[in-house]
Amino acid sequence: MSVADQAPRFTSPVEQRMWSERIPVPWWIFGLILLLLPVVANNFWLFQIMGWTFILGMIGLSLMFLAGYGGMVSLLQMSIAGMAGYMVAILGPSGAANVSLGLSWWIVIPAAFLIAALFATICGALAVRTDGIYTIMITLAIAAAFFYFTRQNYSIFNGYSGFNLVLPPKLFGVNWRAPVPFYYLTLACAVLCYGAVVYLARAPFGLALQGVRDNPRRMAALGFNVTAHRVAAYALTSVFASAGGILLVWQNAQIAPGTIGVSSAIDVLVVAVVGGIRRPLGPFIGAFIYVLLQVFSTDILGFFGFAADRFKLIIGIGFLAIVLFSPDGVLGLWDRWRAGVAARKAAATGGGA
Amino acid sequence: MNAPVVSSRINMPGAGNASSGNALELRGITKMFGALAAISDVTLSVKPGERRAVLGSNGAGKTTLFNCITGDFLPTAGLVRFFGEDVTVFPPHERIRRGLRRTYQISSLFTGLSVMDNVYLACCGVSRNRFSLVRPRPDDALVHAAEILVAAVHLTDDKDRLVGELAYGQQRQLEVALALSGAPRFVLFDEPAAGLSPTERADLVTILTSLPAHIGFIIIEHDMDVALRVADSVTMMHNGRIFKEGRSDEIESDPEVQELYLGGGHAQH
Repeated sequence: MSVADQAPRFTSPVEQRMWSERIPVPWWIFGLILLLLPVVANNFWLFQIMGWTFILGMIGLSLMFLAGYGGMVSLLQMSIAGMAGYMVAILGPSGAANVSLGLSWWIVIPAAFLIAALFATICGALAVRTDGIYTIMITLAIAAAFFYFTRQNYSIFNGYSGFNLVLPPKLFGVNWRAPVPFYYLTLACAVLCYGAVVYLARAPFGLALQGVRDNPRRMAALGFNVTAHRVAAYALTSVFASAGGILLVWQNAQIAPGTIGVSSAIDVLVVAVVGGIRRPLGPFIGAFIYVLLQVFSTDILGFFGFAADRFKLIIGIGFLAIVLFSPDGVLGLWDRWRAGVAARKAAATGGGA
Repeated sequence: MNAPVVSSRINMPGAGNASSGNALELRGITKMFGALAAISDVTLSVKPGERRAVLGSNGAGKTTLFNCITGDFLPTAGLVRFFGEDVTVFPPHERIRRGLRRTYQISSLFTGLSVMDNVYLACCGVSRNRFSLVRPRPDDALVHAAEILVAAVHLTDDKDRLVGELAYGQQRQLEVALALSGAPRFVLFDEPAAGLSPTERADLVTILTSLPAHIGFIIIEHDMDVALRVADSVTMMHNGRIFKEGRSDEIESDPEVQELYLGGGHAQH
C-alpha cells in the first residue's frame, strides 16, 4: 500500500488555482445531481436509501481513515458511533423518560461527541499496541463486550429495549426527520466528513499517519511517537463515526443493543472494503451498494425462489467476489476500467497516426 | 553549502547540561541476542562536534551499536548518555527530539511519497507541528526548511518525484537529508556511501565535511577513503568489542589494524 493514492503533492504558488477550478467537471455534475435529487426522488429514496447510505458511509469513512491511512483495521467504529448515538438518547429526551435526562440539544450533541471521542481514545490505546489480525481480534472483543454491556445494563443503557422516540431537535422550526430536510442534513454531514478526510490526508497529521503505516520504525527515528499518533487517529476518526451514529439514531428514532451488534460492526468493514478502503469515496460507494442490496434483496431473492431473510447471502457473495477480484473494491474496478479505456484510446489514435 | 539547520519550533530539552562534556557516552554496553553477544562491554565517548569513524568487518556489531544508541534495541547492560543525560531506556523518538539523528544502512524511506514530503515529514517529526491538522502554506517555515535540505543534497530538480522512482544514489542522498532535519546535534551515519559511484562518494564527502562544526557524528563506513577523510578519530570494532581507538592517521598506519582490516583476509570491501 502506498501513500501516493491520488493525493495532490505540494504545488508551487504558480500552479495554485482557485479551489473551484481544481475540482474536475464530473464532480460538479455529481454534486448537482445530489443537490437536485429531492426534485425527482420520492421520500423512500431520500430518507431510507440515501439517508442511510450517507450515515453508513460516514461510519465507514472513519474506518477508511484508520485502515487506509493508518493501517489499523478496527471493528470498533460501529461501537463508537453507537456510543455517540446512545449518549444522545441518554442525555437528551426519549421515550424512556425514567432513564433519559432530557437535557437540551446544545449540551447533548457536544457531550455525545466528547464521550464517544473519550471511548475511542481509551479503546484505541488498548488496540494500537497490537498489529494486523490481533487488532481485529481486540477491537472485535471490545465491540462484543460493549454490545453485551448495553444489553444487560438497565440503569444507563436501558438494557434490551434501548431507547425509542429519540428525535432530532426542531431547530429553525424545521422537522429534521422529514425526508427532504433529513436528506440535506445527512448530505451536508457526509460532504463535511468527506472534505475533512481529503484535507487531513495532506495535513502534517495525516501525512505522518501514512508514514506510520508504511514505516513505523523510521517514523520513530524522525521523532514521531508512533503509539501516540495511532491513538490520536482513533480519537480523530471518532468524530466521523459519532456524526454517523447520531444521525442513525435520529433516522431510526430509536437505538437498542441490536444497532451496535457484532454483525453491524462487521457490516462497517464490509461497506468500506466493498467500496474501496484506500480512498475516502470508497465507503460511500460501498454503503450505497450495501443499502441497495439490503433493501431490494427481498425482491431479488424472491425472484430466484429463496427466502427473503437470506439477503446476507447476496452481500456475502458480493463481498467475496470483490475481495477476490478487486482488493481496491469497486473504486479499484472503476480505475482499471478507465485505464483500459484510456489504453484502447491511445492504441486507436496511435494506430491512426 | 548552507547549513541545513532550522532552529525554529524545536524542542530541545537538556541542552547545555553536558556535565561530562561528551556529546555521546557509552558505558559497558552489551547486547545479547539469546546466548549470542552482538556487542559486549563497549565503552566509548565522543565529544560535541567530534567526527568518529567506526570500522570493523561485517558482524563486528557496528549497526547493533547504533541501534542501542538510538533506542531501536535496548541494551542488555550498560549506560547511554546523550549530552550528559541518561537516555538508556528512552524510546527512540525521545532521543531524536533531543537532537540525535541516524541514517540506515539499507535506505528506509517513504517510497510512496515525494522527495519533498519525505523531508517535510522529517522536519515535522522534530517540531511541535507533528499533530497539526492544518495543511502547510507554501510559505510555511517547515516547508522552507525542507526545501533548504532538499537543495543541500542536490535533489531540488527531483523534489516532486516519488522516492520509489529515484535512482539508488539519490535515495542514499535523501537518507542523509532526513537525518539532518530539525536541529541535529549528533548524527549516526550507517554506511552512507554503500553502493555509491565515485562521483557520488565525492559529493557525500563534501556534504559531510561541510556540516556545521557543532554537529558531531559517528560514521560506519567500509570505504576507508571516505571514512578517513571525514573523521578525526577512529574506533575499530572486532567481534562485538572495541579493538582499537585513535586518531585517523595513527589507525591507518597501525600494523595490527593493517593486518586485521586493511590487508588481512577479513576486509570486506
